[in-house]
Amino acid sequence: MKYLTEYRDPVLAASYLEEIKKTVTRPWTIMEICGGQTHSLVKYGILQMLPKEITMVHGPGCPVCVTPTHLIDRAVSLANNPSVIMCSFGDMLRVPGSEKSLLQAKAAGADVRILYSPLEAVKLAAQNPDREVIFFAVGFETTAPANALSVIHAHQQQLKNYSIIASHVLVPPAMEALLSDPETVVQAFLAAGHVCTIMGNSEYYPIVEKYKVPIVVTGFEPIDLLHGILMALRQLEKGVYKLENQYARVVREHGNLSAQTAITEVFEISDRMWRGMDVIPRSGLEVKEKYAEHDATRKFNVPVIDSKENETCIAGAIMKGFKKPVDCPNFGTLCKPAHPLGAPMVSSEGSCATYYHFYSALSEIENA
Amino acid sequence: METSNNPGKVKVQLQCRVPNNDSEIITMAHGSGGLLSHQLLGDGVFNILKNEYLNEHHDGAFLKITGPIAFTTDSYVITPIFFPGGNIGHLAVNGTVNDLAMCGALPRYLSLSFIIEEGFAMSEFSKILISIREACERANVLVVTGDTKVVERGKGDKIFINTSGIGQLHAQAKIAAGNVCVGDKIIINGNVASHGMAIMSVREGLVFETELESDTRSLAETVMGLLDKFGQDIHFMRDATRGGVATVLNELAKDCGLGIDLEQNAIPMNGQVEGACEMLGLDPLYVANEGIFLAVVKAEIADEVLDFMKLSENGKDAAIIGAATAAHPKQVIITRSIGGRRMLNMLTGEQLPRIC
Repeated sequence: MKYLTEYRDPVLAASYLEEIKKTVTRPWTIMEICGGQTHSLVKYGILQMLPKEITMVHGPGCPVCVTPTHLIDRAVSLANNPSVIMCSFGDMLRVPGSEKSLLQAKAAGADVRILYSPLEAVKLAAQNPDREVIFFAVGFETTAPANALSVIHAHQQQLKNYSIIASHVLVPPAMEALLSDPETVVQAFLAAGHVCTIMGNSEYYPIVEKYKVPIVVTGFEPIDLLHGILMALRQLEKGVYKLENQYARVVREHGNLSAQTAITEVFEISDRMWRGMDVIPRSGLEVKEKYAEHDATRKFNVPVIDSKENETCIAGAIMKGFKKPVDCPNFGTLCKPAHPLGAPMVSSEGSCATYYHFYSALSEIENA
Repeated sequence: METSNNPGKVKVQLQCRVPNNDSEIITMAHGSGGLLSHQLLGDGVFNILKNEYLNEHHDGAFLKITGPIAFTTDSYVITPIFFPGGNIGHLAVNGTVNDLAMCGALPRYLSLSFIIEEGFAMSEFSKILISIREACERANVLVVTGDTKVVERGKGDKIFINTSGIGQLHAQAKIAAGNVCVGDKIIINGNVASHGMAIMSVREGLVFETELESDTRSLAETVMGLLDKFGQDIHFMRDATRGGVATVLNELAKDCGLGIDLEQNAIPMNGQVEGACEMLGLDPLYVANEGIFLAVVKAEIADEVLDFMKLSENGKDAAIIGAATAAHPKQVIITRSIGGRRMLNMLTGEQLPRIC
């Protein structure tokens, strides 16, 4: 298939691997930020193909995984209101809150719908003037423009029955939080290509300078990832640190300016709780006062629920790169995608779920 | 009802009497057993599907069949009920016909039961009945008994269909997971994921530039041809419906106790379907099919089986996609396009579209 097969070419993959093997002289730890990248690394078996000197650790870039429990609890609570149509991207539905997921709420009678675009939710609001349509607006900078646009459209059409639960997180502050941890193991980053498609590269230069860390903006296909790893490795071996763009076929230096305009029109930066990590300063987006009537958390007085996390889950250590999913004693035994104890086991982009589904070394656990 | 000995080439006669349109919608009265019930059955079901067995109007059918039989049942619920490439009526016939074929049986007779939600359009019911007749003619089976119930609005989802089927076991058929041997080759008859993606493409909120079509069809003729020619060297067959190819192979690995090696690059897929899967973040190996089956055959005859399959319309895109192995028992390992290997697991829950 055009634009895909080229980036899954076995001959090219073998030549990148060969080059990586020739270049590496000592152990390095590289973090890929985005869950989509983790998914590809494991799905295509790249982790097992890399030389043993290279350790890939998997970053916090699964927006579904880092959505705090209390927001899911709020969404479930709102969905239980019979006048509400709760809309969400597909993989958000399965994430457990303190008591139940949106999928379980749906089974119990709530009107919960999977949509592919928040603009569909605006259409639903127009078609159902007597219902409240709420979109669970989850994601990184990547999904923020479409979510912002949905608010702008609803506002223009005076659809007072449309609102969003904004659960947007921002990548650069999370990278800073990881790097500023004195115990950090990360020596280089593969930055998330799709986020940079929207935001451009400018936010990453200060991080490169401040922490002297190589950052390579990288795509999601296997060839992209092997190429990104090679670029990061070359910097590490030479002892240099700079920002490089592996994903230049998509990412422009200044990003997508009209998408950025939509984001700043609707959202403002705020401190944000990351599930499994903690509050990271200035790492989230919330709806501006101007659009307060489209902000479900302001519009509906949902009491803050005392949300609980499973105490044995080591999600935080996994998302910071200190541990791998297989290091967790509950992995594949007490904690499985069918009954996850923590966020990374839930979404298909969560690192624990990805390992569970794809990693062939799991065979013994499966048979146990 | 006349049937043909050449099911692939039946000319379907669509001009027939539709059920009496005194009422444009189906009401509770149509399920009451009274006059309207009789009209619905007489003008509708019996008229469209008529054959020597149904014409008896008996409580059940008296069937003449000799030798061992296979017996199966399946219920059909789908949204939307009309989709590109077919409707629930085609599915209800082809699904049960294919289950019989996978047992190595020649499908002969079906039962057909409807549960209809009050308010369902009579015209849509007629279309479904005509599709059922069309699918029966193609598969060379007869509907010999059935039932119709109507439930109150809100107690169903337009229409549910159940079909059960009886098939005559092929003399050479010996289809069982336990027959699968190390080295056996796995052959697929065509492109994966077409049905599931066709359904996704017409569900709320999705618009694709090209129309994806369901692959619903009878596999009976193809399978009987295989058994005529290769007999007991066909060790196992299964249609890859719900859960797709990955699920069928995982079930097989667990049942036969062997491992399965799969080659990603060998798995045939239509480019548009592949594109739709990529866009929605779905793995085509878990997407449902309605006209796709896997045959596990003795290694020595695999190429010959493949050539034979390619001669049939149902097998023109057939390919050898893997083999049974003594390594990694009970597990399916796939070699990806770039050479990496990974485990292909059973799906947990429903496959949901990914966020980015």
